[in-house]
Amino acid sequence: MQLTIEQVRKVAQLARLEFTEEQLESFSAQLASIISFVEQLKDVDTEGVEVLSHPHALQDALREDEVQEGLSRQAALANAPAHDGECFLVPPVLG
Amino acid sequence: MTLDACQLVVGLEVHVQLRTQTKLFCGCPTIFGAPANTQVCPVCLGLPGALPVLNRRAVELAVQTGLALNCAIPARTKWDRKNYFYPDLPKGYQISQFDLPICGPGWLEFPDPDAPEHTLRVRLVRAHLEEDAGKSMHDEKSGRGDSRIDLNRAGTPLLEIVTEPDLRSPQAAKAFLTELRLLLTYLDVSDCNMQEGSLRVDANVNLHIDTPSGKVATPIVEVKNLNSFRAVERALAYEQQRQWQQWQRDGKQLGEVPKQTRGWDENQAVTVPQREKEESSDYRYFPDPDLVPIAIDAELIERCRACLGERPLELRLRLQQEYGLTAYDADVIVAQGRALVEYFEMVVAKGASAKRASSWLQQDVLRTLNEQNLTIEQFPIDADKLGELIAAVEKGELENSRARDVFQYYLGHPQAGLEQARAALGIVQVDDRELTELCQKLLDEHPQIVAQAKAGDLKGLGALIGAAKRRNPNVDPRKVRSICQHLIEQQG
Ligand SMILES: [Zn+2]
Repeated sequence: MQLTIEQVRKVAQLARLEFTEEQLESFSAQLASIISFVEQLKDVDTEGVEVLSHPHALQDALREDEVQEGLSRQAALANAPAHDGECFLVPPVLG
Repeated sequence: MTLDACQLVVGLEVHVQLRTQTKLFCGCPTIFGAPANTQVCPVCLGLPGALPVLNRRAVELAVQTGLALNCAIPARTKWDRKNYFYPDLPKGYQISQFDLPICGPGWLEFPDPDAPEHTLRVRLVRAHLEEDAGKSMHDEKSGRGDSRIDLNRAGTPLLEIVTEPDLRSPQAAKAFLTELRLLLTYLDVSDCNMQEGSLRVDANVNLHIDTPSGKVATPIVEVKNLNSFRAVERALAYEQQRQWQQWQRDGKQLGEVPKQTRGWDENQAVTVPQREKEESSDYRYFPDPDLVPIAIDAELIERCRACLGERPLELRLRLQQEYGLTAYDADVIVAQGRALVEYFEMVVAKGASAKRASSWLQQDVLRTLNEQNLTIEQFPIDADKLGELIAAVEKGELENSRARDVFQYYLGHPQAGLEQARAALGIVQVDDRELTELCQKLLDEHPQIVAQAKAGDLKGLGALIGAAKRRNPNVDPRKVRSICQHLIEQQG
């Protein structure tokens, strides 16, 4: 499995990670080897096996539509890097 | 080549907020307009370690809606993460459904705006459940020019309904949305309030153009910020013109340029390009490990089907077939909601003819509801009383304009019955002898009208009817007319 620097740059961008050119290069090699490792699963014959969407056999973990107490606003905002007592504050979001 | 050679092609994505007490994955309430960040908890704030638990009611409402939209309901549905970064999305992903949506393909039929007795059918690709994001507000007041984030809405259950590109005109798109909203209102699965954001619409639009070398499609544009059905209609009409001109300028076809997002500017009445969220199409969906799949069994489906009731389309047909209403009248009544249809049926059950009941409802009742800003449930005249009143007109016991007086009296005296109203308004039946005397007197007073009538000009009779009503408001104008004619004929 080969990964181009551009592919790694794109994945990093999607994850909002900033890498230097050297990092990009070394991560390309590391990511490629991880993917190759996982790719071994391709060797398993899955003919006729149903797709598994969750490892638990459990289904239907549901709750009733009843209001439960949440957090006070003060508690909700407590760990925010910035707030005005009502809202979380973030750098300007435009459009 | 002219605009005639181009066909508008539209598909819609409609987000509907489901009417639950609590959010999709936590027990926070979903009341609109609460003070910012007072309906939040570790789950909807996306705090580490918090785990979502699915709201049973949201599943039921989604299945119910899907059934009403003729959707296939798969036996199994699951949850996926849609990954993107935005300040109003605290987890960095939205819990949504990717490959196994709760509702599969379906369709919705609605009255054709060009021919109300016909219907159009739009196929639905799917409908899936997902959680809403929070609200970001850009507020200069906060000083540093920061944006403020309110997460009350984060986690609210939405059903996203996606249509095939089956709509062919702005009017058809509006008619589809009108029917969808009416259906959802009948089902009572959503309040569909666009101002409060419980119904949101995006449109995918392009043109299919006949050219000498065959049909070509223009690039698809997604139009957002459609805050009313009228905005949808106007924005689509605008895009039709704009894309046609664009195509004439650059000849660009579908696939030659990336999909564009434009926003509708209501004040300028134009669509404007929107800044794309970077790489926004790459959401890297994957199954959410925090949530197990849901099995939708036959029992749940049957329970939801039992809640559907008659849908607007079925009701319109029944009102036409059972009561002989025109398609137009049936539509006006059905469009007012299930409660008004029930009111209509009770009025008819009391002895009113369907035609007269429908006209009283459309004129007197609906006008009063509008003027006084009431719902039919709050209307002071109950269906039995109105039915009885119209039945009295039907039987000739009460003249139509006097019945309107009774109607007005009822509005001011909700407890009054017909006898009390008659007494209070001085309504007594005028017997035929009394009426004949009155007519004779009027004829004697107006010899030139009699002369005209003898010469075949009956226009003057209207004035006699008016005069008769002024002397005795209880007279039946039709009777006055026929008696006067009869008396004139007798004079020879
Ligand atoms: Zn919550």
